[in-house]
Amino acid sequence: MSQSHRLSTGGSIDRETLVEFTFNGRPYKGHPGDTVASALLANGVKIVGRSFKYHRPRGIFAAGAEEPNALLQLEAGARTLPNQQATRVELYDGLSADSVNCWPGPDFDAMSFIGLFHRLTPAGFYYKTFMWPASFWKYYEHFIRHAAGLGKAPTEKDPDYYDKMNAHADVVVVGGGPSGLAATLAAARVGARVILADDQPTLGGWLLNERREIDGKPANEWIATVEAELNQMENVTVLRRTTAFGYYDHNFVGMIEQRRANVSHGGCTSRQRLWRVRAKQVVLATGAIEQPMIFADNDRPGVMLAGAVRTYVNRYGVQPGKRVCVFTNNDDAYRTALDLFDAGISVPAIIDVRSDPSGELATEAIQRDIEILDNHAITAVQGSKGVAAIEVMALNKTGDGVTGTARTISCDVICSSGGWNPAIHLHSHSGGKTVFDEERGIFLPSNTLQNETCVGAAAGIFDLARCLVDGLKAGKVAAGGAGFKKSSRSKPPSAPEEDESPARLLWVVPTTQPLGRRGKHFLDQAHDVTAADIHLAAREGYESVEHTKRYTTLGMAPDQGKTGNISGMAVLGQALGCETLGEVGTTTFRPPFTPVTLGALAGRDIGVLMDPTRMTPMHHWHDQAGCNWEDVGQWKRPWYYPKPNENMQDAVNRECLAVRNAVGILDATTLGKIDIQGPDAAEFLNRVYTNSWQNLKNGRCRYGLMLGEDGMVMDDGVTTRLSENHFFMTTTTGNSASVLEWLEEWSQTEWPEMRVYFTSVTEQYANITIAGPQARALLSEFTEDIDLDPVSFPFMSVREGTVAGVSARIFRVSFTGELTYEINVPASYGMSVWTAMMTAGDKYGITPYGTETMHVLRAEKGYIIVGQETDGTTTPQDLGMDWIVSKKKDFLGRRSFDREDNRRQDRKQLVGLLPDDHTKVIPEGSQITSSQQERPPLGSRIPMIGHVTSSYYSANMGRSFALALVKGGRKKIGEGVYVPLADGVVRAEITSPVFVDPEGAKIDG
Amino acid sequence: MANTYLRQTPLAHLHLDARAANEAADATTGVHIGERLLLGMINLRGQRSNPDFGPAVKKVVGAALPDVNKTSGKPEGVHVLGLGPDEWLIITPTGEEADIHANLEKVVGEFHTAVTLTGESMTVIRLAGAHARDTLAKGCPVDMHPRVFGPGQCAQTILARADMTMHQTADDAYDIIVRRSFAEYVWTWLEDAAREYGVRVITGLR
Amino acid sequence: MLLIPCPYCGEREESEFHQGGEAHIERPKDPNKMTDEEWADYLFFRDNRKGVYLERWVHRHGCRRWFNVARDTATNQIVAVYKMGSKPPKSITSRVTMK
Repeated sequence: MSQSHRLSTGGSIDRETLVEFTFNGRPYKGHPGDTVASALLANGVKIVGRSFKYHRPRGIFAAGAEEPNALLQLEAGARTLPNQQATRVELYDGLSADSVNCWPGPDFDAMSFIGLFHRLTPAGFYYKTFMWPASFWKYYEHFIRHAAGLGKAPTEKDPDYYDKMNAHADVVVVGGGPSGLAATLAAARVGARVILADDQPTLGGWLLNERREIDGKPANEWIATVEAELNQMENVTVLRRTTAFGYYDHNFVGMIEQRRANVSHGGCTSRQRLWRVRAKQVVLATGAIEQPMIFADNDRPGVMLAGAVRTYVNRYGVQPGKRVCVFTNNDDAYRTALDLFDAGISVPAIIDVRSDPSGELATEAIQRDIEILDNHAITAVQGSKGVAAIEVMALNKTGDGVTGTARTISCDVICSSGGWNPAIHLHSHSGGKTVFDEERGIFLPSNTLQNETCVGAAAGIFDLARCLVDGLKAGKVAAGGAGFKKSSRSKPPSAPEEDESPARLLWVVPTTQPLGRRGKHFLDQAHDVTAADIHLAAREGYESVEHTKRYTTLGMAPDQGKTGNISGMAVLGQALGCETLGEVGTTTFRPPFTPVTLGALAGRDIGVLMDPTRMTPMHHWHDQAGCNWEDVGQWKRPWYYPKPNENMQDAVNRECLAVRNAVGILDATTLGKIDIQGPDAAEFLNRVYTNSWQNLKNGRCRYGLMLGEDGMVMDDGVTTRLSENHFFMTTTTGNSASVLEWLEEWSQTEWPEMRVYFTSVTEQYANITIAGPQARALLSEFTEDIDLDPVSFPFMSVREGTVAGVSARIFRVSFTGELTYEINVPASYGMSVWTAMMTAGDKYGITPYGTETMHVLRAEKGYIIVGQETDGTTTPQDLGMDWIVSKKKDFLGRRSFDREDNRRQDRKQLVGLLPDDHTKVIPEGSQITSSQQERPPLGSRIPMIGHVTSSYYSANMGRSFALALVKGGRKKIGEGVYVPLADGVVRAEITSPVFVDPEGAKIDG
Repeated sequence: MANTYLRQTPLAHLHLDARAANEAADATTGVHIGERLLLGMINLRGQRSNPDFGPAVKKVVGAALPDVNKTSGKPEGVHVLGLGPDEWLIITPTGEEADIHANLEKVVGEFHTAVTLTGESMTVIRLAGAHARDTLAKGCPVDMHPRVFGPGQCAQTILARADMTMHQTADDAYDIIVRRSFAEYVWTWLEDAAREYGVRVITGLR
Repeated sequence: MLLIPCPYCGEREESEFHQGGEAHIERPKDPNKMTDEEWADYLFFRDNRKGVYLERWVHRHGCRRWFNVARDTATNQIVAVYKMGSKPPKSITSRVTMK
C-alpha cells in the first residue's frame, strides 16, 4: 500500500524524502514531518487498536495530546516504550510500532467477544464483582491483568540515558502558538530572560494546522519572522518538543524535552531531558482542546475531531476519508468542511444541531454548495470496523429527542465538534481556580494563586487577532512583573476579524431509543466509559464528580480524559438534575499533563550515581585486601576480610581472636567528629549529655549519652577535653550529621546567648584504631614523642604528637575492652600511616578487622550500639545505664527520663542470652517467650516478652551468645526463655550482658 | 609533617595525570575538569558585630571578610569565602594553612571565635570551559546566569546528591569544594554530566 | 517545590532546607516542675492551622542557619521570613494567632 490517502499537494511534510516504518509488522511509507498517526492515515489504516474494556475496534481520533485511542507500543526490546500516542510520535526512518491491548491484531481481536457481554460489565464492575469473596482475588487478578493490559513495560535495562537541567527565567511561556509567540516576543524585547516551551518540533501551535493569514500574509511567514527574531536574542531559550507537564508551588514548572525525534539513537545526548524551571512569571498559552459530540457509537473508526481532520489535511497533506461529513454544534467546524472541500474532498453534509446557522463560515459553506442539515443530529453510525454511513434525523424542540424519519448518508469519516475548551490543566496544577461559562459551556481560568496568567485560547479567546493582542499584552505585563518595566511599542500583528455565532450545548445527542439502548455514547474512549455509565452511577447515589470519576474510571486513562471529562461532568449534572452545570464542577487536574517516563524522572541518578558511595582515605587498601563491604549510611565500611577458602564465620573468628590475643587494626574514620570551641562549651555539653562535663580535666575523655527530649536514647560517643574551652566530640557513624544539626539547633534557636561554635571535622582525620595486647608494642615503633606507659597515658585520655612522622592525636578509648589506641592523622596521610602499620605489625600478628568483628567484640563486653540495642523507644534505664544520668542538673530529655512510666520494672531491659545449644546463633530480631510451645492451639496466643537485639558466635567463648531486651529482664537472670524459630524452639538462659572480662582487666594490655 | 609524597588526595587512585597525558583536549572540548591538589583550608567562626574582628583577620589573612556568598582574595592565592553570617572558609595554597591557622588563633583568640583546620576533609574540583555552567546546572538548583551570578561569588548548595560549595573563579570556571568522601561520586557525576559537551582532564592545578 | 528566601543566602530551592516544626515554642525554664500533661503539651502538641503558620526552617545544605518562616498552609505562599529570636513582622501579625 503506498500512501493511498496522501493528497497530491499541501502540508508541511518533506515530500522529497521517503521514510519507511512498520506498524504491526507491516511495512509502510511516510515523510519527515509526519507523525505516526498522519502516516497511518495517509496509508489508509483505519483501525489502530482495540478498546480497553470492550475490545471495540478503534481508529485515530485526534491529532495531539488528547488522543484517546491510538496508543502504540513503540519499538521493541530494551528501547520499547508503551502507550505512546500515535499523534505525538514523530515519524523517523526505521520506526516500528505495534498496537496495544489486542491479540493477535487490531483487525481481528480474540477478546472482542467481551463487547457482547457489555451488560455484564457495567460501571463499577470491578468494585461490584471482585470484592467477594476476598480469597478469590488471586484468581480475579490474573484474569483482570491479562484482559485489561495496555502496553508492556520494557524488561531489559534501558540503553539510553536521561538527564535533568535546572533553569531559571523571568518569564516562562508555555505554548508556541500565536498567543505564546506574541507573549515571548513582548517579554523578550524588554530584556527579560524568557523560556518558551512548545511540545511540537516546530513553532506555530494551532497556526500550523490552519489556513490563516497574519499581516496579510500566510501565517507561517509571520511565524518565521518571529522565530528569526527570537533566535537573535541571547535572553531567549526556545525549547521545542518540550511538554510542560506540571506546574508546582512557587512557579516551578516541570518540563520534559524529547531531545530528538528518533527514539533509538544512543550516543552522548540524553534521550529525554527533564527541565526543572523556576520562573518569576508564567504565561500559559496552552491553547484549547476540542470536545467531541456525544452521539451513539461515536467511537467507530472514522469518527474524528473536526479540528484534527483539518490538521491532517492542512499540515500533513492527508485526507482521512474520501467522503467526510461534519457534525457540529458550533461555527468552527465549518472551517474543516471548507478546508476539505477546497482540498478536493467530498463533503456530503454538515449536520448542525443548531437551527438556521448564520455567520460568515456558514455562508461560505453555502457558497460552495455544501449541504447543511440544521437542527439535525446523527442518530446512528453504520459499520463496526469503520464508518460506512450515518443515520440523520431532525431534533425535537428541546433537543432531547428526534422526530421524523432517518436519512442515511454514506461517508467514511465523521468530523465531530462540540466546541473548544481551554486547556486549563497547568493553570489548575498551579492552584488556580476555574469558572464554568454556562453560555459557552466551557471552563475558564479565574483566580490565580501564583504569578501566572492564561492567554489566548487557554483563556477562552478563540479569535486570532485578539489572541495576538492578548499575547503581546500578557508578555509585557509578565516582564514588568519580573522587573522589566521598559516600555516597548510593539504594534500588534493584524489578522482578519472573525464573526462566529454561539454554539448550542446538547451534551448527549439523542437517538430513537432511551440512552444506552441504541448504540453507545462514549465519553471516555480510552477507558470505555459511556454516558449510560454516568447515569447509572448517578442512580446508584454518586453525586460528587470526584467520586463518579473513580467509580466509573472516567478520565483515568493515559489521556486523562482530555476529550471526555467536560462532557462527563455535564452528563452527571443532567443526570442529577442540576440547575447549572457549574454546580457539578470538574475533577482536579493533577500533573503530569502527559505521561512522563520513569527514566526521565530518575535522570542520571542510576547505577553508580544512584547514591553517593562515601569512601575513607584507606578505602582502596581495603578493596585491594579483598574485604567484603558493609553499607553504613552512604559509607562503605569493611565488614570482614576473608582469606582464600574462608567463609564469613571463619574470617570473623580469626579476626576476633587476633584482637583479643595479638593486635587488630580497624578503619574507624567514619565515626562522626565535631570540634567544639567556646567559653560555654562545657556548659553546653552539660545540657545535651546526660552526665556532667564541667569537671572533666584537660586531656581526658568521657563517654556520653544523648537523649531526645522524649527521654529516649538518641546517640552516644566519647567526647574529649582538649583544652579549657575546646572539646572534641565523637558520634556514631550514622548520626554524625544529625548530631551536629541537633547541637546547632539548640545553639541557634534556644540558647543563642551561649558562646560556643561547632565544626564538623569527621573527614579531617583518618581514624586508625589498633586494639589488642600488642597494640602498645606496635605503636611504640612509630612514635618517639608520646609516652605510652599506661600510667602517664591512662585509659580515657588523649595525647598529641607524631606517629610515623605525621602529626597525630591519639585517644585511649576502647570499644572492645582491649588496650586500644585510636590514632587520628590528617586524612591525606591515612593511607601511608595505615600501610606502614600493616608492614611493621606483621611480627605482632596484626590483623585488619571489620565491622562484624567490632560488633562481636563490643557485644562480648555488653557495649550497646545505638540503633541496634535501641530503637527510639529505649531509655537509659532500659539499658541499665542510669549510672551515666546526672540527678543534679537539667539536660535535654531529663523531664521525660523522670516519667513514672520509665521507672516501671516490667519495661524491656537489656540482658544477655546464652543458648543451650552453643552452636546456635539466634537470628537478630527474634521474639522471646517465657514458655515452650512449639505449636500453640489455634486461637491462643503466647505473650512475647522481648526480642533479640544482637546475636553472634564468639570465638573467644567458643559458643554463641546474644543481647536482648526482655521485660523485667534484670530480675530474670538465670531463668530460661524460649525463642520460637521456623526450624524449632531454641532455649536460652538470661545472663548479665557482659560476657568477657567484666572487671576490665585487659584495658591496659 | 612528613614529606608530601606520603599524602594522597581523595582522587589519587583515578590516576588523573595519566589520563590527562593520554586524552588531549581539542577545539571540541566543552568542559575541562581537574583536581586542585591539597589546598589548605581554615574554617573561621566569629562575630562580625565586633569591630575589631574583621580587621584582625585581614591583617593575618591579607583579605577582607566577605559577605555571605561573596569571596575576597585571588583564587590562586589566599582567598576567603563567605559561608554564613558568622562563618568563613579561608583557602590557602598548599602548606600555607598551618602558619595562618596559628597566627589567626593568636590574633583572634581573645574574641569568641573558632579557628579550625578543615582542608584535609575537602577537595577542590576545578570545572572550566564553555559548558562548565551547563554541566553544573544539571545538578545544582542555584541560578548561575551571568546576570545574577558571576566571578567572585560562591554558594553553599547541592550538586546532585552531594553538598558542595561552589565558587565561580572566572567567567567560565568554577571551584567545586566537596567533602573528600564524596570526591569520587562528584567527579564521576561531573564527568558523566559533561559527556555530551566533550570533557577532558587537566592536571597540574594548584 | 518551594522557593525559600533564606535571610542570609537569598532565594533557594526547598531541597536545600529542612523544616523544623512550629516556631516560637520555648523550652520551659524548669521542666522538672511541670506535670506530665504540661510537659506532653510542650513536647508533642502543635498547631495544625489552615492559614498563616509560623514555622522554623534550617538551610541544611547551605549556610546551616535556622530562621523563621510565615507560610500560608493553604496556598504555600511565604508571607514573611525573619531571623531566629525576633518576633514576626507587624505586617503579618493580624493574620496570625500566636500561642
